[in-house]
Amino acid sequence: MAAASARRPRLAVWKFASCDGCQLSLLDCEDELLMVAERIEIAYFPEAARRMLPGPYDLSLVEGSITTPADAERIQRVRRQSRRLVTIGACATAGGIQALRNFADIREYAAAVYPYPEYLETLATSTPISAHVPVDFELRGCPIDKGQLLEVIKAFLADRKPAVPGHSVCIDCKRRGNVCVMVASGTPCLGPVTHTGCGAICPSYDRGCYGCFGPVAGANTAALAKEFAALGVARRDIARLFQTFNAAAGAFRDEAERHGD
Amino acid sequence: MATRTINVDYIARVEGESSLQLDIRDGVVDRVRLSIFEPPRFFEAMLRGRRFDEVLDIVARICGICPIAYQMSGVAAIENLLGIEVEPPIHALRRLLYCGEWIESHSLHVAMLHAPDFLGYSDAMAMARDHGDAVRRALALKKAGNDLLRLLGGREIHPVNVRVGGFYRVPTRAEFAPVAESLKRARDHAIATLRWVATFPFPDCTRDYEFVALRYRDEYPMNRGRIVSSAGLDIAAADYEDEFLERQVPYSTALRSALRRRGAYLVGAMARYALNYDHLPEEVRALAGSAGLGAVCRNPFQSILVRAVEVIYACSEALRLIADYEPPARPFVAAEPQAGTGCGCTEAPRGILYHRYRTDSDGVIQEANLVPPTAQNQGIIEEDLRQVAMAGLDLDEDQLKANCEQSIRNHDPCISCAAHFLTLRVNRS
Repeated sequence: MAAASARRPRLAVWKFASCDGCQLSLLDCEDELLMVAERIEIAYFPEAARRMLPGPYDLSLVEGSITTPADAERIQRVRRQSRRLVTIGACATAGGIQALRNFADIREYAAAVYPYPEYLETLATSTPISAHVPVDFELRGCPIDKGQLLEVIKAFLADRKPAVPGHSVCIDCKRRGNVCVMVASGTPCLGPVTHTGCGAICPSYDRGCYGCFGPVAGANTAALAKEFAALGVARRDIARLFQTFNAAAGAFRDEAERHGD
Repeated sequence: MATRTINVDYIARVEGESSLQLDIRDGVVDRVRLSIFEPPRFFEAMLRGRRFDEVLDIVARICGICPIAYQMSGVAAIENLLGIEVEPPIHALRRLLYCGEWIESHSLHVAMLHAPDFLGYSDAMAMARDHGDAVRRALALKKAGNDLLRLLGGREIHPVNVRVGGFYRVPTRAEFAPVAESLKRARDHAIATLRWVATFPFPDCTRDYEFVALRYRDEYPMNRGRIVSSAGLDIAAADYEDEFLERQVPYSTALRSALRRRGAYLVGAMARYALNYDHLPEEVRALAGSAGLGAVCRNPFQSILVRAVEVIYACSEALRLIADYEPPARPFVAAEPQAGTGCGCTEAPRGILYHRYRTDSDGVIQEANLVPPTAQNQGIIEEDLRQVAMAGLDLDEDQLKANCEQSIRNHDPCISCAAHFLTLRVNRS
């Protein structure tokens, strides 16, 4: 027992289809990084460390979505080696911006970018990690918030539930004392239907929320879309608003489909 | 006769997923393969059908380490397409934003990704046990860059504030005060960091690269300028595709850029420095000199020194821009959709990043072409590897691998960026 408690918990950070921004959030914890590295053993984190220790790992942070046959197999191996598995960011949690392919013809996409598309091994869809393996917690955001990331790491290493709130961006915006961009200037804003986490950055910079943390539970996207239409937003542009970094997430996907051609 | 194959299955401390294979036959490096197995995300395809005013949020997601670069080349291209000339204060704020990204990205690379190679550590966290002050200083420096990004962009990764025609909101002079304080300290940290990396052991290596970078009047280049090279190239961004091509080589599945007339070339800190040394302030040139750098650096292992010099410059330049800052009369000029084609080229931390877009009369993107710096540097990275491997044939495998990895990290490759434009894996069966 003494030996077990002396052993530092082992962390692994995995990358699938992504921009690396969410794992960079860990290195962006400039004030906390060295402390974190003392408390836990960074056993596998290729973006930051050359030493790659074999599993099992106490906590795996998984960035990115599943877009290739090889990655669909690799995530199974990652799950088997991980006591806890937490997805970080919109790609891992909802499929990311690359899930726009789910609504298009992948062969046509590949031909538009690559001279020899037949050489690519790619899937027709970009899917979240939870579509492939059980996930212990999903941290949202494009990118994630580094304060929430630290909370998740602390919580899982202490075997408790992370204290990550689940209200809408709209609430945060009121707390910040922002003037509502939709009411005051008629700017379409996804704040009422978007999950909290960013701190209501966009309305604080005089623009509408663009939904990078994905839909909040119970989002009434239909009512909001009706308001957008009343503001004079074209049907096609309403669909575009919901089709970004969380395009494949339930409520956003359905609302975009209702405004499809 | 004797054939030896050396594999590095996953190149660590670079952004993205890549591997290296060296084939050595009869004491000669027969084949060098830098393979990229990063999954493609098809950005150029996804951009079609999006409105011109959605592009900046989408292209930021190509890279979490240099999202500003994507927003800067994107906004330059779209404003070029729409015939928008931003006012000088808006231009100054964009340069300031770029200073933040250069500080953040270069500090990350210098101290956390590259320095461990020279001192023999797996990573910066392990290095901090023996070099705690240096690592903490670099983290503070990185944080100062991120402070600037957070104020001007709203957040460090995928900032939200840049828009076609200007910014959504511009800061007041008072909001810059705390950032200026942190930048003053950062400048001292940057000088100390340069002095620290100048003590590293540098392998002897001289390469005769063709350097390619932007150049504009008396500025050290960031957001604008002509594309020039050490072999006399001097073109407008709009002529990029006439002079450069992306090609496929038989032994690799990756497309890489080349000069149509001359082949491989280098972009990034070493190229900017060599082509714009005369545009650095006297005190920055003096600091570079005290670290052992002349007007041109041809040793890729010393690129860490050049990045450290650029961090000092970016801190100084940010402080100058903040001191001179007068908020513009309006944060942006209106942008009306129109049909056309526009190009933009700016200096990402890793080198020039070229964007071209074509829109229809509703301002909807019909075609996009993006050429990231790492796609441009791939040819040089492989040439360097060949040289490093030849020089290290007598070394044991672990040391040879370490030297090769260090050689790749000399150019701070950003695989996530590159992979969206590169083929990945041949499956001919």
